[in-house]
Formats: sequence, structure tokens, C-alpha cells
Amino acid sequence: MDLNYSTEDLAFRAEVRAFLEAKLPQDLSDAVRLGRGLGKEGHDRWHSILNEQGWLAPTWPEEYGGCGWNAVQRHIFDEECCRAHAPRIVPFGLTMLAPVLQKFGSDQQRAYFLPKILSGEHWWCQGYSEPGAGSDLASLRTRAVRDGDHYVVNGQKTWTTLGQYANWIFCLVRTDPDAKQQEGISFLLIDMDTPGIEVRPIILLDGTHEVNEVWFTDVRVPVENLVGEENKGWTYAKYLLTHERTNIAGVGFSQAGLEAVKRLARQQIHRGRPLIENPHFAARLARAEIDLMAMATTNLRIISAAAQGQAPGVESSMLKVKGTEIRQEINDLARRAAGVYALPFASEALAGDNSALAPPEGSDAAAAQYFNNRKLSIFGGSNEIQKNIIAKVSLGGRT
Amino acid sequence: MNFQLTEERQMLQDSLRRFLADRYTVTARNKAIADPSGYSSAIWTQLADLGVLGALLPEAVGGYGGAGFDIATIFEELGRAGVVEPVLDTAVLCGSLLCGPHDAQPLPRDRQYLERLIAGDLQLAFAHGEPASRYERTWVETTATVGGQDIVLTGRKSVVVNAEAAELLIVSAREGGASGDRDGLSLFLVDPKTAGVRMQGSALLAGGRAGEIELDGVRLSPSARLGAAGGAAVRVESALAAAEVALAAEALGAMETATRLTMDYLTTRQQFGRPIGTFQALQHRVAEMLIEVEQARSAVINAAGHLEGAPQVRDRHIAAARNLIGRTGRHIAEEAIQLHGGIAMTAEYELAHIAKRIVMSEHRFGDADTQLERFIDLSAA
Ligand SMILES: Cc1cc2nc3c(=O)[nH]c(=O)nc-3n(C[C@H](O)[C@H](O)[C@H](O)COP(=O)(O)OP(=O)(O)OC[C@H]3O[C@@H](n4cnc5c(N)ncnc54)[C@H](O)[C@@H]3O)c2cc1C
Ligand SMILES: Cc1cc2nc3c(=O)[nH]c(=O)nc-3n(C[C@H](O)[C@H](O)[C@H](O)COP(=O)(O)OP(=O)(O)OC[C@H]3O[C@@H](n4cnc5c(N)ncnc54)[C@H](O)[C@@H]3O)c2cc1C
Repeated sequence: MDLNYSTEDLAFRAEVRAFLEAKLPQDLSDAVRLGRGLGKEGHDRWHSILNEQGWLAPTWPEEYGGCGWNAVQRHIFDEECCRAHAPRIVPFGLTMLAPVLQKFGSDQQRAYFLPKILSGEHWWCQGYSEPGAGSDLASLRTRAVRDGDHYVVNGQKTWTTLGQYANWIFCLVRTDPDAKQQEGISFLLIDMDTPGIEVRPIILLDGTHEVNEVWFTDVRVPVENLVGEENKGWTYAKYLLTHERTNIAGVGFSQAGLEAVKRLARQQIHRGRPLIENPHFAARLARAEIDLMAMATTNLRIISAAAQGQAPGVESSMLKVKGTEIRQEINDLARRAAGVYALPFASEALAGDNSALAPPEGSDAAAAQYFNNRKLSIFGGSNEIQKNIIAKVSLGGRT
Repeated sequence: MNFQLTEERQMLQDSLRRFLADRYTVTARNKAIADPSGYSSAIWTQLADLGVLGALLPEAVGGYGGAGFDIATIFEELGRAGVVEPVLDTAVLCGSLLCGPHDAQPLPRDRQYLERLIAGDLQLAFAHGEPASRYERTWVETTATVGGQDIVLTGRKSVVVNAEAAELLIVSAREGGASGDRDGLSLFLVDPKTAGVRMQGSALLAGGRAGEIELDGVRLSPSARLGAAGGAAVRVESALAAAEVALAAEALGAMETATRLTMDYLTTRQQFGRPIGTFQALQHRVAEMLIEVEQARSAVINAAGHLEGAPQVRDRHIAAARNLIGRTGRHIAEEAIQLHGGIAMTAEYELAHIAKRIVMSEHRFGDADTQLERFIDLSAA
């Protein structure tokens, strides 16, 4: 047992930190720190800075342009990025689709798509969920019918995150309606400029436009955009989900969030003293920090096992549940710390000037973020579904 | 013991519930939220016509209610429907401030304001909280000093709900004493158009609007004072007590709606070939929500029933109710969203609004922790 990072790990951390200090634009880190949206331009800018550095694809094998980092280094990188308030890398192309293409795609698909993911020319989104297929994803109905060298796609996807910026979407579609649910599904790559695709915004409860509905009407997709074999899409989808759940613990986000709460609670005055000295608030904050310390170590234990080649099983479900609970609790602390300044709509308060009437820094987005992050326990396999998995795996053999 | 509402209250509750069910649709509410004033003046007039505003104020000033149970009954309905109109700010908070303590006789001027309020013809806002006051009721740093014939107000007021729509602000300021003192606090009626008043408005996350206000040497005539110089603490405390009963009841109504919507959803939403309400993991969570709603209802009854009591007893029950509702409200709002899945996160769906009302109610007059501290203090004394 050694709880310390190795000398190489520490040197690596210093290198990452120096890079972030030199290259992370101030306006982007401000936007992240204050919980403001980045827009496409902001995401693209950070994407290309990382790409220039060769640090865009930590999870990719080196042959495709990955960094060759081990799991511990990837973790250090994530942690430092969160600490520095670097924008989150939009995961759909880089960490979801790419592993699928690398493992199941054709040579042609790899050669064509992977470089365009790195360059940012392709912005991907994920077309899995449908109105009737959420947790029960295998009940999806979007149809793809073979017509010569095309598939003709009809149906509707929903909850498509950042679909408004995307020019490509990877979709699960039903290619064999007669097969058993999981067996008639295929994995298709669709150019969003194809005629027949319509993207409609969904506004979330915090006022943000982050998700969309995507409608397909007789959309013709070349057969070479099928990944792997027809009707085997479920296998690839599940493989992708295991990647979706990497870094699901979000330790770095929670650490950065906790720091933000502390900053805010130092500024807010309660009975003439900084709120952070209030025993009830301090107790809540301490409990969250204690939970986070333990979870960070659970996360490292699992990462370190993964670095030694062990595939994470039910542990990733545990990390998802605990990680999201802790992040949501920290968001709750932030909104409490903001006091009455949690009431105004973030976007409106911000639209105000930087005058004397501006709200205290960090308070304006606190409640919006609290509400927005209710999604953490819903998407990527809801926490109930994760608990079903944990229970099934642990009780499975016995009942 | 009798936990039945009186016949009049029952009638008012029934007619208000019917009115809101018919007229306060999601579309109507969204329109009210989007209105530059933050509410619908048509709905406001209709609420006045239904007698809602009058029922929140005592007979002595032309109302026909004003007791804790009147306030609770009405606000439970307003909460159930997710009403964003500023009934709390104009009628309960400012109405109580204008009335003053039970034995006080309002001045003719204030009586006139109250009449207009009851008729639905006056909007008001209480400019009390400040950047450093957080939820402390008498923490006021804004000063009122004598300047020749005038009184001069200087300070800043934060997140003053309904400030932009208000014809008059009731502003608290200090004529003596230190920041947290009860003595030295005064109230002034201020026309927001007076020179030296600067306001920056913003929409609120859960509907309605508020203003951030700067008072930069605002000159008033001494007749603008409401009540006695330096003696406003009692008035402020009893107005806030009424407002907290209202807010607790409103959250209760919203918690009922959140729970009902969740139950409806669980019986209709199909996943894995059956309604998700057939999963026991979700059934037990609904059962807990129902248990908590009953607890919240009892806490509101306790608070409402003690509104006319001695301040310390009153405030202890109110702190208890608000702490309990802060805790269970958060739980119910979060559970309702979680059990709905993604759909609950969309602005258009009713639950999103209701959940925001519940959670954000904690940010007015004191969150669960603040209420816990108050309860502990009041229990020790
Ligand atoms: C902000 C946001 C972004 C998203 N981004 C994307 C995206 O980019 N691409 C994409 O494809 N999808 C995306 N999703 C969709 C997301 O994956 C689904 O919301 C999720 O799978 C849950 O499905 P649902 O919302 O239909 O809820 P439902 O499946 O209807 O679930 C409702 C409730 O029932 C519970 N439940 C369901 N089944 C069971 C069971 N068997 N046992 C116990 N409890 C159960 C759930 O846990 C939940 O609490 C996003 C969702 C959100 C909210
Ligand atoms: C101190 C004590 C005094 C008692 N006194 C008396 C007495 O005077 N007379 C008498 O007749 N009995 C008495 N009982 C018995 C008592 O009523 C039983 O213990 C009780 O009914 C539970 O049964 P069980 O202990 O067999 O648990 P089980 O029924 O085996 O239950 C085990 C667990 O499974 C859960 N469970 C069971 N079914 C379900 C389900 N469908 N869904 C979800 N969860 C479920 C239970 O809630 C429990 O958590 C006493 C018990 C105790 C501990």
C-alpha cells in the first residue's frame, strides 16, 4: 500500500500544470469557473489548443494520435484541468465514438473519421435515446431500411446533447424489426447535413439550450456508414457505454466545485461573520468533503487496478452513483451559500453590467447549476439502473 | 381538537382551487412569467375579485381574514398551482407592514393603501434584505439620517422581489443602533422614481422578478415614515412571520403537486414493457414522498395555528415548519425530478416549474440551516 504518487507522476502533474498556466485562455477559465456557457466557439478554441499540444485524446492508442498515458496520468490530467477550470472536452467524438471505431470500425472509417475528430472538423453527438426508449434503450424504434447502397432512416431521437452544434450523429437504429429487441439494432454514422434531418431545441429548467430533438424523415445514409455488422449494434453500443462511464466519478469536478463553494462561503456574511465559519454550514461542507476524500480514493483504487489491466466491472456503477451524489450535494451547498442571490436567473443577472449592483461572484449561477446537474443521476444510465446492475451482479448468483 | 377548515375558508379554498385549475394553465403561467412585470395583471385582478387579497388582511383594515389559517389555506392553493403573482410580497409582507402589529391603528394614508391593495389596485415591495444581512431579520446597514427638513436614505437592498412592478417600496433603514440591533430600525414608503434610487431588475429562476436597489442619498419627507421612528422591528418581525407561514404553505401545496405528478407519471410511463411504477425501487420512494407531505402539512398547521401567538412561541413553530419544509421540500423536488427522468428537466413540463418553486422557497427569509439555528436559539431561551 502506498498512497503517494510516484516521482514520475508528480513530474507529470507539474508539466500539466505548467501547460495549463501557459495555454488556458483566461476568458474560458473564467466562464467555466463562473458556470457560464462557452458556446461552440469556446469549445472549439480549447479543442484546438489541446490538439496542438497533442493532449486531446488521452484515451486513444498512440497509433491513432493518443497520448500514451496510463490511467493514473489520465486521472492527474483530468484533475489538473478541473482545478484550472479548463473547459470540459465534449466527449461524444473523442471518448465515446472513437473507441468504437478503433475496435469495430472499418479501416476506411478509422482513416476518415478519427483525424476529423481530432481536428474538430467533425462535431459528434449521440443519438441513442428516444421518447419511448430511455432506460429501456433496446426498445428504440427509429427504423433504417436498406435500399440499394443506402439505408433510409425514419424516426426521432431525443435528449441529443449539443446536437445544435454537431455536424455528425452516431445513432442506434432498428434494422430488423422481427428480431428479438437487442438483436435487430445497428450502429449508423449520419451526416447531419443530409436532407430530412431536423434539429429542434429543448430548453431545460435552468433556461439553457443544451439538448435537442432530432427528427429523421427519409434520410438516406450510405451503407459504408454502418459500423461493424448489421444488427450487431447493441454490442457496440454497450462497449461505448463502458467508455461513457469512464471518469464518471467526476472527482475533479467535485474538487473544483468544493473550492468554489468555499470561495463563495468566505464572501457571504452571516450574522456578521463569513458563512464558512457558521457551524451548520461548516458541518455540511465537511461531510461533503469527507465523502469526496473517500470517493477520490475509491476512484484511484479502481483506476490503479485498471492500469494493471483489470477491467472495471460493477465498480464503475458504484462510482457513477456515489460520484453523482457527491457532485449534486456540492451543487446544493453552492446554492445554499448563495443565499438570496440564488433567486435570480443566472443569465439575467449576468446580463447586468459589472456595476456596483452586480451579484457576488459565483452566486449567480449556483441555483441554475444545481438544477441543471439533476441530470447527472439521470443520464448515462440512471442511478436506479446502476443500482439494479450492482444488485444483480452481487445477488445474481445467489437468488 | 378540530382540524377541519371553517366553512368560509373551505369555500374560498374550493373556489380558488377551481379558478386556478381552470385559468392558471401552464400556458397562462408561462405568459405571466414572460411578462415584463413578472406576473399577469389580469390574473391579479381576478385574484382580487375572488377575495384572495382581502382574505389575507384583517377586518380592521377592510379585509376579511388575515389569520394564520387564512394565509395557509390560500397559499397552499397558490403553491399547488405554481402561481407566480406577487401575492406574498404585495399582500402578505407589505400588507402586514402597513397594518402594523395587532393593536396598532394604521394612519388614514396607510388605510387607503390597504384598500387599494385589497381591490387589486396597488403593487408593493419590501426592500429589506441587504448583501450582508443574508437571512437576519434586523440586520440593516442602510442608514436614514436627518438632512435639513428631509430624511436621507443611503444603502443597498438585494433581490427585492416585485420591486420593478411596485408603485411603492417599503424600505427599512437604520436611524440608530448597530447592524444587528432590533432598536433603531425604521420603515419608509419610497416611490421608486425618487431621485437617488437606482434599480437593476432581473427575472427569478422560479418565476417573478426582483430588483437590486441602490439608495444614494434619497431624500424623503419625514411623513414617509411608516410607524414609529426606530421602532419598526416588531412590525418587521410580525410581517415576516406571516410571510413565512405563507411560504411554508405554498411549498406544501407545491410538494403535493410534485408528488401527484410523479404518481401520475409512474403509472403511465412504460419502460421494459411495463409502467415504471411497477418497480418496487420506485414505489417505496413515492411512499416516502407521501409520508413527507403529511409531515409538511402538520408542520404548516403548527405554524399557522401559532401566528397570532406570542412572538417567541410563534417564531419557534415557524422556524420548525420552515426547517422541516426546507429538508422535505428539497427531497421531494429532487425525487420527483429523478423519478420522472429526463422529461422533468424540461422547462415546458409542469414539474420543472413546481420543483423550482419548492427549492427556491428555501432562499427567502432563511434556508433550512438558518431555520434550524433559529429553532435552537428559541428553544434555549
Ligand atoms: C440533460 C440530458 C442530456 C442527455 N444527453 C443525451 C445524449 O446526448 N444522447 C442520448 O442518447 N441521450 C441523452 N440523454 C438521455 C438519457 O440517457 C436518458 O434520460 C436516460 O437514459 C433516462 O431515460 P428517461 O429520461 O427516458 O427516463 P426513464 O427511463 O423513463 O426513467 C424514469 C425513472 O424510472 C427509473 N427507472 C426506469 N427503469 C427502471 C428500472 N428497471 N428499475 C428502477 N428504476 C427504473 C429511472 O431511473 C428514472 O428514475 C440525456 C438526458 C438528459 C436529462
Ligand atoms: C421484538 C419483536 C417482537 C415481536 N412481537 C411479536 C408478537 O408479539 N407477536 C407476533 O405474532 N409477532 C411478533 N413479532 C414478529 C414480527 O411481526 C415479524 O418480525 C415481522 O412480521 C417481520 O417478519 P420476519 O421477521 O419474518 O421478517 P421477513 O418477513 O422475513 O422480512 C425480512 C425483510 O424483508 C422485507 N420484506 C419482506 N417482504 C417484503 C416485500 N414484499 N417487499 C419488500 N420487503 C419485504 C421485510 O421488510 C424485512 O426487512 C415480533 C418481532 C420482533 C422483532
